[in-house]
Amino acid sequence: MDWNTRPILTLLGLVVIPVGLIALIVTGERAIRAIRRRTRDRVRPWLWLVPALVLSSAVLVYPTIMTVYYSFLDAKSEDGVGFDNYTWVFTDDAMHSVLGNNLLWLIVCPVVTLALGVLVAVLTDRVRYEKLATAVIILPVAISFVAAGVIWQLMYSYQPPGTAQTGTLNALWTSVVPGAEPKAWLADESVNNYALIFIAVWMNLGLATIILSAALKGIPAEWYEAARVDGANEWQVFRRITLPALWPTIAMVGTTLLIFTLKVFDVVYVMTNGNFHTDVVANRVYSELFVAQNFGHASAVSVVLFIAAAPVLVLNIRSFRREEATR
Amino acid sequence: MTDPSAVPAARTAAVAQAPSQAPSNKPAASPRSGRKPWWLRTLRRSPLHLTILVLCAIWLTPALGLLITSFRTPGDTAKSGWWDALTAPAFTVHNYTDALDGTDITDGLLNSLLIAVPTTVVTVLVSAFAGYAFAWMRFRGRGPLFLVVIGLLVVPPQVTLVPMMKLLDSLGLMGTVPAVWIYQVGFTLPFGIFLLRNFFAAMPKELLDAAQVDGAGQMRIFLKIVLPTSGPALASLAILQFIWSWNDLLTPLLFMGGQNDGAPVTVQIAGLVQSTGEGQNLLTAATFLAVLLPLIVFFSLQRYYARGMMSGSVKG
Repeated sequence: MDWNTRPILTLLGLVVIPVGLIALIVTGERAIRAIRRRTRDRVRPWLWLVPALVLSSAVLVYPTIMTVYYSFLDAKSEDGVGFDNYTWVFTDDAMHSVLGNNLLWLIVCPVVTLALGVLVAVLTDRVRYEKLATAVIILPVAISFVAAGVIWQLMYSYQPPGTAQTGTLNALWTSVVPGAEPKAWLADESVNNYALIFIAVWMNLGLATIILSAALKGIPAEWYEAARVDGANEWQVFRRITLPALWPTIAMVGTTLLIFTLKVFDVVYVMTNGNFHTDVVANRVYSELFVAQNFGHASAVSVVLFIAAAPVLVLNIRSFRREEATR
Repeated sequence: MTDPSAVPAARTAAVAQAPSQAPSNKPAASPRSGRKPWWLRTLRRSPLHLTILVLCAIWLTPALGLLITSFRTPGDTAKSGWWDALTAPAFTVHNYTDALDGTDITDGLLNSLLIAVPTTVVTVLVSAFAGYAFAWMRFRGRGPLFLVVIGLLVVPPQVTLVPMMKLLDSLGLMGTVPAVWIYQVGFTLPFGIFLLRNFFAAMPKELLDAAQVDGAGQMRIFLKIVLPTSGPALASLAILQFIWSWNDLLTPLLFMGGQNDGAPVTVQIAGLVQSTGEGQNLLTAATFLAVLLPLIVFFSLQRYYARGMMSGSVKG
């Protein structure tokens, strides 16, 4: 049977599978009704967890374990090579530049996004056209990386000096700064990483702003009034009231941004494919897999990426434990 | 009894309207502003307006560039920047008519819908089942298992690709749309479970206990009480999953292979990016068409998003 015909897929995806999932739980609940109460309470959770356990084991748990295993094998996953792949990750010259770029991303992208997010949330809170202004900031959130790639190629496009600049940024650059030469924003190694990071900031600022704005609206008005009565100026109010009250939200959004930045792939893949010293870890995994076809290297880089995420993981788990304790 | 889902919706609407009601349209009526004329206050606030204006301009310009370019002829686009069209307007809808009937873009849009809608429905359903079990059922190993879910949040997609391709191949699913469904659902599940468990866990225990005393089965409680009161959280998850699935290039590219039959619009556009000549004038129009639906989805459901995300997050 051909799976890829639209009527079959529509039926399967919108009727058979969702109804089947509900039917699974309903019949399961019926079936366990007959058994003793204590056993029933022990079986029931697993019934509700089964679909999630099967799917996440297949897509995440099993592949992760296999990747760790492949990372100790050679390029074709045939013979064991010990820690050779890991030695390569940390000694290869190209990998040094890759790891350095990722570090730059990890620092600049979340910090700039958070700072702008707080700025936009605080400023737009004071004007009547808040909804319109935030809508503009949110707009890029819904845009795919492929589309963003097309959009930003138009922005960063470069023509040799002396010809008409059709790239937005170069047209602006050469007309505003007298005598400036057009810049190859994506190839020039002094700016290209920042040019790529800015695209990610452009795409992520909206999500940060939505959440920070909501948190800002949750700060009680009395706090502000009390501070103003005490004669605090705007900056002091921001430093002493707004920022501390926003802090938990900033930490939450920051964690999400860190995880995103760690895994960043599409922006680099679409814009430069890692050329001109803009490569990052996730894109390197991809090129090791599908260009170099070295499964050992690709797996080792993946494992390093996963381990780099561990601190974020520990933070998540600790705040979860703290919350559980107060429940 | 009133519909419980109406309460959060109404509250969100009230919050959303508040800022537009707050400032009075008649400044003279306000006692504080009585002394200073309105233009002086506007002048003093001009740095504020200017900062917002500049930021908005920076954020809007790239998208505006795309929109205008998509209405220009390929000849014009090669000769001058899109802003030339602002002073010397010469527009054409040719790129759109070409994209809509001459190519695979229409097919691609339908295929994207066929991937994103089932993926979203199944993700929300399966996450809700598991989130409910984690929030309201006691069982051995619940804590450690939930820690595993949190751990899976940080798994980078690249880690899973090769073993997943081998697995799908052995199941005979490689190259099919269901392969993309399975991967996209499985990949978002940890986030979905995490978000919904936290939202469900914050619900009052009395509400669920009362229903249980009335003899309602678990499925009834789940469908009649848990789901209807979790609108914002379910909507946040649905929005994120729909947009991610619609915009995903990597998964369909790898798991559906080079065959063009079921390829979503992202794959079609990535193909156009690499093409030359003929494809280039379609590119901007196709890109704009691909962006339209997620934009509509996001803006129509955006008000739920902040509420759902906030309540779902672990408090720091």
